[in-house]
Amino acid sequence: MNRTPPCIDRIPNCCKPGLFSCALPLVLFGMLCLAWPAVGQGEVFQVEWAWIPSLDIYMQFRLDGLSLLFSLIVTMAGFFVSLYASSYMADKQHLNRFFVYLHGFMISMLGIVTADNLLLLFVFWEITTILSYLLIGFDHENNTAREHARQALLVTGAGGLFLLFGILLLKTAGGSMTLSQWTMTGDEIRNHGLYPLIFICILMGAATKSAQVPFHFWLPNAMSAPTPISSFLHAATMVKAGIYLLMRFHPLLGGTSLWMGTLVLLGGTTAVWGAVQALAPCDLKRILAYTTMMALGILTMFLGGQTVLSLTAATTFLMVHALYKASLFLAVGSIDHQTGTRDLRNLGGLLKAMPLTAVAVAGATLSMAGFPLFFGFIGKEIMYEGALAEEMFPVFATTATLAANALMTAVAAIILIAPFLGPRPLMMSKVCEVPWTMRLGPAIMGGLGVLFGIIPEWVSEYLVQPAVFAFHPAREEIRMVFFHGFNLPLLLSMITLATGGLIYRWRIRLRSIIQTGLERMWINTPLIYQTILDLFLRSGGWFTRTFQNGSLHTYISIILMALAVIAGWAWLVYIPSVFMLPVINDTWLAAGLCGFIFLASAVVVTARQRLAAIGGLGGVGAGVALIFLIFGAPDIALTQLLVETLTVVIVSMVLFRLPPIEAIRKRTRARNLFNAALSLSIGLLVTTILLGLLTEPFDRSLTDFFEEYSYVAAHGRNIVNVILVDFRSLDTLGEICVVVLAAWAGVALMRSRKREE
Amino acid sequence: MESVILKTATRLMVGLMMVFAVYLLLRGHHEPGGGFSAALVTGTAFALFAITEGPKRLRQAIPMRPEIISAIGLILAAGSGLPALVLGKPYLTGVWWSFNTLALGTPLIFDIGVFLTVLGAILAVLLALEEN
Repeated sequence: MNRTPPCIDRIPNCCKPGLFSCALPLVLFGMLCLAWPAVGQGEVFQVEWAWIPSLDIYMQFRLDGLSLLFSLIVTMAGFFVSLYASSYMADKQHLNRFFVYLHGFMISMLGIVTADNLLLLFVFWEITTILSYLLIGFDHENNTAREHARQALLVTGAGGLFLLFGILLLKTAGGSMTLSQWTMTGDEIRNHGLYPLIFICILMGAATKSAQVPFHFWLPNAMSAPTPISSFLHAATMVKAGIYLLMRFHPLLGGTSLWMGTLVLLGGTTAVWGAVQALAPCDLKRILAYTTMMALGILTMFLGGQTVLSLTAATTFLMVHALYKASLFLAVGSIDHQTGTRDLRNLGGLLKAMPLTAVAVAGATLSMAGFPLFFGFIGKEIMYEGALAEEMFPVFATTATLAANALMTAVAAIILIAPFLGPRPLMMSKVCEVPWTMRLGPAIMGGLGVLFGIIPEWVSEYLVQPAVFAFHPAREEIRMVFFHGFNLPLLLSMITLATGGLIYRWRIRLRSIIQTGLERMWINTPLIYQTILDLFLRSGGWFTRTFQNGSLHTYISIILMALAVIAGWAWLVYIPSVFMLPVINDTWLAAGLCGFIFLASAVVVTARQRLAAIGGLGGVGAGVALIFLIFGAPDIALTQLLVETLTVVIVSMVLFRLPPIEAIRKRTRARNLFNAALSLSIGLLVTTILLGLLTEPFDRSLTDFFEEYSYVAAHGRNIVNVILVDFRSLDTLGEICVVVLAAWAGVALMRSRKREE
Repeated sequence: MESVILKTATRLMVGLMMVFAVYLLLRGHHEPGGGFSAALVTGTAFALFAITEGPKRLRQAIPMRPEIISAIGLILAAGSGLPALVLGKPYLTGVWWSFNTLALGTPLIFDIGVFLTVLGAILAVLLALEEN
C-alpha cells in the first residue's frame, strides 16, 4: 500500500512578535509558581499604592488562593495561545497590534483577579471589554466581525455600567471598597435595604460578561474572532470574569435566598439551554461556544450554593473546563487552519493526517464527557455531590446538571468522531499536521486533564482548597480522590454517559428538530437586542434631524426658549415685590445713550439691507460699551468696543456668502410674531433680573479683597486684569482653551464645506 | 478689495495698531488693556490687511500657521503655572522676580500666552473665511 508519510513542518512558520512575546506570560507563570507554595499554605501577598485617596481609590493588589488559581489559568492559557497564534496568525496583517491587544488583555485579566479595590477591578473589567471588542473585530474589513464585536461591546459594556452602579450602591450602603475587608463586615449588607438592588447590579455585570440567559447571544457571535482569541477570551479567561466576580462577592452577598434562588435557576437554565443549542450548529466553533455557555451556567448554578461542596464543585469545574475548552478551541483552530473549514459535514478521516491533534482532542473531549481516568470525571462526581447538597432547588439543580452533562457527552462525541473518523473527503487528501507551536498547547492542556484525573489529590490540596478557602469561611479539608466508591453520584455519572450515548445516536434527527425549533421561535433575545438597538438609532436620528438641523435661527430660538422657561420660572419664585431704580448722576447722558441703543436696535429690526443691520448691531454694541464706560468699567468697555469692531469687520467679510435677506422677509407672520415675543420676553427677563439685583444689598467682600491685595500680592493696579491673569488664572486658562477649540472647530467646518464644493 | 483709500489707510493703520496692541498688552497690569484686548486689536489689524491684500499675503506675513500660534500660546499659558509647582505652591500661583522697582512675574507670561492663543484663533478663522 502506498502510504503517504505524515508531513510535519520541521521548522514552523512563526511570526516574531508572537514568538518573542510568549516570554511575558511564561515569566509571569514562573513567578506565580514561585509564590504558589506560600499561597497554598494560606499566605496572602499584598501591595498598595495611593491613587485617589480622597475618593477611597487605592491601587491595591492581592494574591490569595482564588487569585492564584485564576492567574495560573490566565498565564498558562496566555502562553500557549500566544505561541499558537504566532504560527496561526503568521500570514495575517497587523501582527504587532494583535499581540499588543492579546497581552494587554492578559494583563488586564490578571488585574481583575488580583485587584483588591472594587473600582480598580472595575477599571480592569472595562479594559477587558474594550480589548475583547478590538479582538473580536480584529478582522476589521469583515462586516459581520465588526457587527459581532459591537454586539459584544454593547452587551458587556452595559453590564459593566450595572457593575459600576452596584459598586457605588455598595459604598452607599456602607460596604468597603476593599475586597479583603469584607469577611469582617458580617450581615450588614445582606440586611440593608439596598441589598436587592446591589445584588441585581452585580449579577447583571456578571451575567453579561459570563453569557448567562438572556444575555448569552453575544458569545456564539464572538466566534468571529480569530480562533486563538476565542480560545483565550471566550473559553478560558474573560467569560470567567463574571464567575470570578460572583465568587468574590459570595462572602459579602451570598447565602440569602435571593442569591441562592436566582443563581441556581439562572445558571441551571443557561446550562441546559446552552447544551441544547450546542447540538444545532454544524460549525465546530459555534458548537464549542454553546458548550462554553453551558459550562458558565453550571458554574453560576453552583455558586448559588452555600456549602463547601457546591463551591468546590464550581472551582473544580472551572479548572476542568478551562483546560479542555482551551485545548479544544486550539485544536479546532488547527483543523480550520489546515483544511480551511470548520463544518462538521465537510470534515472526516483526519486521524491519520493530524494524529497528534487527534490525540489532544481525544484527551480534551473525554475529559469533557467525564469518562473515568479523566479530570472531567472528578469534576462531574463533585458536581453531582454539590447539586444534591444545594440548599435551594436541589432537584432542579441535579436534573439540570444531569441533562447538561448528558448533552455535553454527546457533543464531546460529535467533536471527537466527526472530524477524525470516517472517510476522508477527497479534497483533504493533502492535509498535514500542524507545526509544534500549534500542537504544544492542545497537547499539554489536554494532557493535564488526564494527569489531574489520575492524581486529583494534588489539585484538591494545592489549588482547589486554597481557592475555596479564599471565599468561604469554612475550613473543612477538601479532598478529591480517584474513586469515590459506589454511591449516588457514580450512578448519576453512569446514567449521564448512557444518555449521552443515546443522544449521540439520534444526533442528526435532534439537530434538525432543534434547528427548526430555533427558527420558529417567535421571540428571541437577538431580536430584542436588534429592536432596542434600532429604536435607539432611530430616535437618535430623529433627535439629530429635528434639533441639529443646521439652522442657526433654530439653535438660538431653542437656547433662548430654554433660558426663558428655566430662568423665568426660577425668577418668578424669587421676584421681589418692589423694584428700585438705579441712582444715576448724569440722567441726561444715560437717557441719551439709551435712546441711541433703542434707535440702533430699531435699525437692526427694520433694516432692508444686511449691511444696515450689521451697522445697527455695531451701534448697539458701541452704546452698551459707552454705558460700561460711564459706570466705571473701562476694561469691559474697551473689550466690548474691540469685540464689536472685530465682529463688524469679520461679518462684512462673510456678507456675500450669507443667504439673501429676502429669505427672512418670507417668514410667516406667526413665525415673526413668535420671534418678537421670544425676544421681548428675554429682554424683559434680563432687565427685571438686573433691576431686582439692586434691591439686594451689594456684597463688597470680594471687591474689598481684590482692592486690598491686587497690588500687594500681585503687583498690579488693574484689578480686572489681575483677576484674569493671576487670582483666577485657571478660569482664564479654561476659557482660552474653549476659544481655541471653537476656532478650530469653525475652521474645520469651513474647510469641510470647501472640500464638498 | 480694490480701494486706494482703504489700501493706503490700511498701510498706515496696521503698523500703528500693532504698536498699540503691544502697548495694551504691557500696560494691562496697571491700566485697562491686557492680552485679550491686545489680541483683538492685532486681529482687527490683520483683518484689515486680509481685506485689502488678500489671504495669500496674510499667510506670508505671519511666520507660522495660526493653529501653531494658538498652540504656542496655550503652552505658554499652561507652562507659566509650572514655576509655582516647583516652589511647592499651587499650580498657576504668580511667581515674581524684582529688579529694583520693576517686578516681572509669571502672570506676564500667562498674559502673553492668552494674547497668542486668542490671536491664533482669530487668524485661523480669518484665513478660513478669506480662503473659502
